[in-house]
Amino acid sequence: MGSFMGSLGEAAGLIMALDADLLEIIGLSLRVTLTAVAAACLIGLPLGAVVGALRFPGRSLAGLVLNALMGLPPVVVGLMVYMMLSATGPLGVLGLLYTPTAMIIAQTILVTPIVAALTRQVVEDLHTDYAEQFASLEVRPFDRVVALLWDARLSLLTVALAGFGRAVAEVGAVIIVGGNINHVTRVMTTTIALETSKGNLEFALALGVVLLVIALVVNGAVMTFRASAARMTYA
Amino acid sequence: MLETEINVGAPAAAWREAAPPEALLQARGLCFEGGGKRLIDGIDIDIRAGRRTIVMGANGTGKSLLLRLLHGLIRPTKGEVLWRGRPLDRRGRHAQAMVFQRPVMLRRSVLANLRFALAVRGFTGSERSVREAEAMERARLEGLATRPARVLSAGEQQRLAVARALACAPRVLFLDEPTASLDPVSTHAVEQLIREAHADGVTIVLATHDAGQARRLGDDLIFMHAGRVAETGCASHVLNTPRSEAARAWLEGRLYLDSSS
Amino acid sequence: MATSRRTAGAVRRLAVLAAAVFGLSAPTVAADEYIVVQSTTSAEHSGLFDAILPAFREQTGIEVRVVAVGTGQAIKNAANGDGDVLLVHDRLAEDKFVADGHGVSRADVMYNDFVVVGPLGDPAGVASMADVLAAFRKIADSGAPFASRGDDSGTHKAELRLWREAGIDAAAASGGWYRETGAGMGSTLNTAIGLGAYVMADRATWVSFGNKRDYRVMVEGDPRLFNQYGIILVNADRHPNVKARLGETFVNWVLSTEGQAAIASYRVDGRQVFFPNATKRP
Ligand SMILES: Nc1ncnc2c1ncn2[C@@H]1O[C@H](COP(=O)(O)OP(=O)(O)OP(=O)(O)O)[C@@H](O)[C@H]1O
Ligand SMILES: [Mg+2]
Repeated sequence: MGSFMGSLGEAAGLIMALDADLLEIIGLSLRVTLTAVAAACLIGLPLGAVVGALRFPGRSLAGLVLNALMGLPPVVVGLMVYMMLSATGPLGVLGLLYTPTAMIIAQTILVTPIVAALTRQVVEDLHTDYAEQFASLEVRPFDRVVALLWDARLSLLTVALAGFGRAVAEVGAVIIVGGNINHVTRVMTTTIALETSKGNLEFALALGVVLLVIALVVNGAVMTFRASAARMTYA
Repeated sequence: MLETEINVGAPAAAWREAAPPEALLQARGLCFEGGGKRLIDGIDIDIRAGRRTIVMGANGTGKSLLLRLLHGLIRPTKGEVLWRGRPLDRRGRHAQAMVFQRPVMLRRSVLANLRFALAVRGFTGSERSVREAEAMERARLEGLATRPARVLSAGEQQRLAVARALACAPRVLFLDEPTASLDPVSTHAVEQLIREAHADGVTIVLATHDAGQARRLGDDLIFMHAGRVAETGCASHVLNTPRSEAARAWLEGRLYLDSSS
Repeated sequence: MATSRRTAGAVRRLAVLAAAVFGLSAPTVAADEYIVVQSTTSAEHSGLFDAILPAFREQTGIEVRVVAVGTGQAIKNAANGDGDVLLVHDRLAEDKFVADGHGVSRADVMYNDFVVVGPLGDPAGVASMADVLAAFRKIADSGAPFASRGDDSGTHKAELRLWREAGIDAAAASGGWYRETGAGMGSTLNTAIGLGAYVMADRATWVSFGNKRDYRVMVEGDPRLFNQYGIILVNADRHPNVKARLGETFVNWVLSTEGQAAIASYRVDGRQVFFPNATKRP
C-alpha cells in the first residue's frame, strides 16, 4: 500500500516534470497507437458495416470470424508480424522490423477486428431501424453502407476509443516487432515492462498511472467532442 | 384553407395518361406465410390508378403485410403482384413510395432526410434543391430544416415522412396508419397533404382504423379480416351498409371471431 | 518573469511531444547510419549499453539500436538476419551460430559471474557456500523453492549445466520445488522474491536490480559461476541486409583498448560489474 501511494506521488512528479525522455516515449506511444487506430478504422469501419448491413453468402460466418479475431493474443500477432517482416520473411526486404512502422502494423492487425466487430454490431442495430425505409427507397448497397456509417458516427467514435484502449495498453506485440529500442521503439508499455524487470516496481507503476492519465485525456477529449457533436445533430 | 397549388411532378402526370385506370396494381392469389401461419390468405384485389383506396380491418388482420407485399418489400409465398399488368419489378417499385406505420427518420436533420431520399432516387443539382424547398413548404417544416429529425414531434415526423415520400414523385403512395397517434390538427395537416397529392394524380393506398378518415379520403375500400378480403367496394357504401359480418361487427365495435381466425 | 519562463518551458515540451507524435524525432532523421545489436537482457538492463554507446556514437556517428532478449531468442533473431551484431553469453550456442554460417567469427568481450541469491532466512542453509554444486544439492535436498529462467537464455543454460554437474534432475522436480518462470532475468527475480525462492542471476542484473527486498547473495566465487560474453558479426554473405561495414566498426571498437576501457569503467552502485577480457585485438 505504501509503495502504491509512493507510485502515485512519483507519477504526479513525472507528470509535473515531463522530461524530454518521457515526452519522447509518450509521443511515440501516441503516434503509434493513433496511427494504428486510424488505419484500423479505415479498414474496420467499412468492413464491419458491410457485414452488418448487407446480406451475402457467408455473412454470419464473417461476423463470427470478426468476433473471434477480437480475442487474438497480442503475442501471436507480434510473432506473425515478426515472421513477415524478419529479414528471412516475405516482407523482409522492406527493412521495417524494429521500427515504429512495424509496431503500427502489429497494432493495426490487433485493433482492426475490434473496430470491425463492434462496428458490425452498431451498424446492424441501426440497420434494423432503417431496413424497410432503405428497401422502400431502393438504396444501393454502397449507399446503405455509407449512410449507416455516417448516421452511426457518434457511436462509432466510442468504437474507435475501444480500439485505442486496446492498442495503447498493449505490450506483447509491440515489444516483439519493435524490440523496445531506446529512443527508437520504446513506448509507454514496453518501458513499464522494462522497468518492472529491472525491479523498479514503483517507477513502473508510476508510468502506468501516467499511461492511465493519457488514456483519460484522450477519452475525455473524444467524449467532449462527441457530446457537443451530439447536441448539434440529435439535440 | 390549406389549398396551396403544388405540382408534385411531371412524371406522375405522364404516367397517369399512359396507364389504364383499372389495372395499375393488382394482387393475384396473394399469400404470405410467417411463423408457420398463413398471414395473408389468397387476396385478389385491384388498385385503380388515380384513386384513393382505403384498407381497413382489425389489429393484426394483415393490413401492413398487404401494403408491404404490394410495395414489393416482402415476397409473397404464393401468388403475385402485378404492376400495370406485369410482375412488379424494380421499375415498378421505383414509381412507388411508402410511409410506414412507425415513420423511419434517419439520424440527420430534417433537410438531410429529404436530401437523402432525393439523392437515392437520382435527383441532383438544382432539381433536387427545388424539390427540397417544395417539400419543406408543403409539410410546413421550413423553420425546422436544420433540426434533427428524431426530435420532431410525432405530427411533424409524419408530415416530414409524407413530404419525403412525395418529393420523390411517386405514382403510388402507400400510407400505413399515418395519423394513428396524431391530434386533430396534425391529422388534418397530413390529410391535406394526401389530398394535394391525390389532386396531383398520385394513387393513394391508405391503411387506417379511422372510419371518419376513410369517409373523408376514401374512394374505394378494402375491408380485411384474418388475412383475407372480407369485402370491397365504394368507401362510403361499405361504411354505410357493410355486407360482411366482419365489417359490420367492426363498425359496431364488436369483437368478431369466425372459424378461420 | 517566472510565469513566462514556465510558459516557455511548456511550449518547448509541447514541441518535443509534437515532434515525437509526428515522427520528426532525431532517430528517424538519422537515416541509415545505424546497426541493430541483438543482445541479452543482462547487458541491457544493467545499463551497460547506455553507458558505453554514446562514446561510440560520438566517434563514429553510428547509432546502435539494442534489442534486449534472452540469449536463445537473440541468437534465433540474428539467425533470421534480424540484427547486424550479436552480443550474448552462451559459448556453445555462439560457436554453433558461427559454425552454421550465420556469424563471421566469435570473440571474447568481457565476463562477469553468476550469483545464487536467496532470502535472508535461507531455508536451505546455503549462505556463504563457495561450492555451487554442493549448494545446489542442498537446495534440492531441502525442497526449498528454486526459480529458474526456463527461457533458453544464457543464464538458463548455465544453470542447467550446474544441475547436471551436481547430479540432480531438476526437470523432474519442475512444478514442485523447481519453478520455471519462462521469463527474463528481471521478471524471474521478481517472481523468485515473491515465492521466497532461490534464484541464479548474473551479477550485473542483480547489482542493478531495484526490488531486492530481503534478498542477499548466498553463493558466489565458484569458478563454475564464470560468465563469459562473446561478440559476433552476423554474416553478410548469408544475410545480405546485414550492414557489415558498420557492424564491423562496432565489433572492432568493443574489442579495442578504448571499448574495453569503457566497459571496465562502468559502475553500478560503485561496483564494477563487467570485466573486459578481449584477446583478439583489431
Ligand atoms: N414477418 C412476419 N412473421 C410472422 N408473423 C408476422 C410477420 N409480419 C407480421 N406478422 C403477423 O401477421 C399479422 C398481421 O400483421 P400486420 O402488421 O399486417 O397487421 P395489421 O393489420 O397491420 O395490424 P395493426 O392494425 O395492428 O397495424 C400479425 O399477427 C403479425 O404478428
Ligand atoms: Mg399495421
